Amino acid sequence: MIRLEGITKHYGSFVAVDHISLEVPRGVLYGCLGPNGAGKTTLLRMIAGILKPTDGRVLIGNDDVQDNPISAKMRLGFIPDRPFVYDKLTGAEFLRFVAGLYGQDGDAVERRIAELLEVFELSSWKDELIEAYSHGMRQKLIISSALIHRPECIVVDEPMVGLDPKGARLLKDIFRQFVDRGGTVLMSTHTLEVAEAMCDQIGILQHGKIVAHGTMAEIRRQHAAGDASLEELFLKLTGGHAVRELVEVLGGSR
Amino acid sequence: MTQPTLVHVLQPKWRTALQRVRQERASGGGGKLVILLLVGSGFWIGAYSVCYFVLKALRSVEEIGAPIAGKMLGVVLLSFMSILVLSNVITALSSFFLAKDLDLLVSAPVDWLRLYLAKLGETLVHSSWMVGLTSVPILAAYGVVFHGGLLFVPYVLLVMLPLLLLPAVVGTALTLILVNVFPARRTRDLLSIIALGAAAGVILLFRLIRPEQLARPEGFQNLVAFIAVLRAPTSPLFPSEWASRAIMGFLDQDFDVQPLVLLWTTAAAFVTLGAILHRRLYATGFTKAQEGAERFVRGIFWRNTVGLVLFPLPVAKREFVLKDIKLFFRDTTQWSQLILLAVLVVVYLFNIKALPLHRGEQVGFFYVTLVSFLNLGLAGFVLASIAARFIFPAVSLEGRQMWLLRSSPLDLRALLWSKYWVGTIPLLVLALLLTGLTNVLLEVGAFMMILSLVTICALTLAIAALALGYGALYPQFETENAAQIPTSFGGLVFMMTTIALLAGVIVSLYQAVHVYLLAVYQHEPVVIDSWMLLWFGVAAALCLVATVVPLRVGLRRMERFDF
Repeated sequence: MIRLEGITKHYGSFVAVDHISLEVPRGVLYGCLGPNGAGKTTLLRMIAGILKPTDGRVLIGNDDVQDNPISAKMRLGFIPDRPFVYDKLTGAEFLRFVAGLYGQDGDAVERRIAELLEVFELSSWKDELIEAYSHGMRQKLIISSALIHRPECIVVDEPMVGLDPKGARLLKDIFRQFVDRGGTVLMSTHTLEVAEAMCDQIGILQHGKIVAHGTMAEIRRQHAAGDASLEELFLKLTGGHAVRELVEVLGGSR
Repeated sequence: MTQPTLVHVLQPKWRTALQRVRQERASGGGGKLVILLLVGSGFWIGAYSVCYFVLKALRSVEEIGAPIAGKMLGVVLLSFMSILVLSNVITALSSFFLAKDLDLLVSAPVDWLRLYLAKLGETLVHSSWMVGLTSVPILAAYGVVFHGGLLFVPYVLLVMLPLLLLPAVVGTALTLILVNVFPARRTRDLLSIIALGAAAGVILLFRLIRPEQLARPEGFQNLVAFIAVLRAPTSPLFPSEWASRAIMGFLDQDFDVQPLVLLWTTAAAFVTLGAILHRRLYATGFTKAQEGAERFVRGIFWRNTVGLVLFPLPVAKREFVLKDIKLFFRDTTQWSQLILLAVLVVVYLFNIKALPLHRGEQVGFFYVTLVSFLNLGLAGFVLASIAARFIFPAVSLEGRQMWLLRSSPLDLRALLWSKYWVGTIPLLVLALLLTGLTNVLLEVGAFMMILSLVTICALTLAIAALALGYGALYPQFETENAAQIPTSFGGLVFMMTTIALLAGVIVSLYQAVHVYLLAVYQHEPVVIDSWMLLWFGVAAALCLVATVVPLRVGLRRMERFDF
């Protein structure tokens, strides 16, 4: 379970995340949507313990990420949007290193590494330096690293970026199975089809605040949107007039 | 289509530089500026004073003074040029083939000549600014001593510009050819080894021929032979010789336009040839530069050696240390610096061996003790430079991967601990080697041997902690090149703090060594009394504070990092 209590982040006078409270229970895949600069990445990085909130607290299970970081982080797997990893390690070495950070080693880890590399079709690359990996392969490796210690919750920023269709499908299946087994996934995405197809609940962020939250049906009800698609809802809630203007500008340039 | 101007192509570069200055000013960087100005002007005044007094003394010598000054200038400019060719080769590799803005520039409709000139300009500025600044006090001393007058300033600029341009063109052309033969990433590996190997070779050669012996007057048959050697040009085909002739001609009021014409026409011809070469080879080279350096690594060696030694450690620390060691030895730009380090140790010990203390006769006890004692400061300084290069960047180099470390349950103390010991243990070995071997060569007594070894160990622990602490206080997360991190502001502050620490420890221990010297001279037994213990205590306290405080401050700073 992931619980946010009045979480806020200021950068100087700019408010990136504004007093967000949210609970994502076990067995739920929660999608965090929002236009660029809405505060999604900042929110996710605070949940992962990378950024310190200006105010409020984050609980993973019952552990506060700031007060009890070790226990909280033991339950969590984080997948960032930009796959920065150690270029001079091999894929297998990187996974072994990450397992070590979670205090795990030995045969069980070796078996898990082999299993994950197999699932993500990286087995033949395991002894190759990461500098030779493509963007998508790095992304797959990072996803493997987030799963290596069998976390209870996964926080993932833009999971589909750089993945081929097969990889994207695989990831959807993995997340679905993970949630069905009682895990919690909180992900941010720009791909509305992905969110509509995968997420049990959705939150739409605008200017650091959640402007809509719930299941698709609940959001439609809240905003009297009939049977509108997620895309229509999203544009309505985040300023669709800008899109219309954009279409006009592009049309006018012809 | 009208081509963009060169200024426009270079706009992102100079705008970034301007913005950095603005941000620095906005974040209250006044203190930084003052320190930089102080250090910079201190260096300039020091260099200027040395040159001024040497030139003044030379000028007072009839007949040979001015030719010697000219020769010296030629040698200085020649060494600047050699350094510049090497540095341009390495810089050109980044600016022409690996820079992030190349995809944009190459895909834009910018013609080849503008791209070449823009990137040549960028390479020139990046690789020559330090040499340019260093030459200011030297040339100023020449101008003042030989009464060059105000006109000397623009004249020197006229001479120096082609002199800086020529190595930039040559370096760029060499890189262009190398990249066409090897992929760029391999070329970078190759170049770092070649460059460091060459630098190490030059240092070693220069030291082993013992230039101090050349200063002995008995080496020349008579004064006429000496003057004849001075008057003959050393290397008439080298631009550095033309520049030195142009400058000395101006200063001797014997102005000759020929060297200046030679410099400018050669520079123009080289830029033209460089541009032609660029047109022919750049597209192929740039394509080759996109090739990755694929390598198959098993990594069993480290796991079965260092991994076994580290086995008693908790798994997170063990994996962290192993990771740091692997990254170091797999990065050619990192490990290749060990070549230079090895040469440094050899030269250091050679210098001690070459001291006039060992000329057969009985070496004075006082001098041996003094040299052994002062060697602590010198060794400390060498260790600080090495720590600045290897330990100071440790935290910065984790920058891009900090998401992983911060989102994992790894305690930041464990991270700092691993970084500290991975840097400190090799430094400690080197420190003991430098101090111990020096003392053996000097044949010092047991008291000095123990004192030096214990002190250098305490100093090493403190220097490593200072390097790591300052590295965390002034991180450079966006820098791609590790070699640039130590030359940042934080690196400068670290060096200044370390020098203060070395001075403090040496001054404290001097009291104890003084008591020891007196006792030996008066043929009394050396007694470790309370006075000595007091000063040992002061030195130990200094080292302890310099070890604990930076690590604590660094840890607190790391806990506040925002990514």
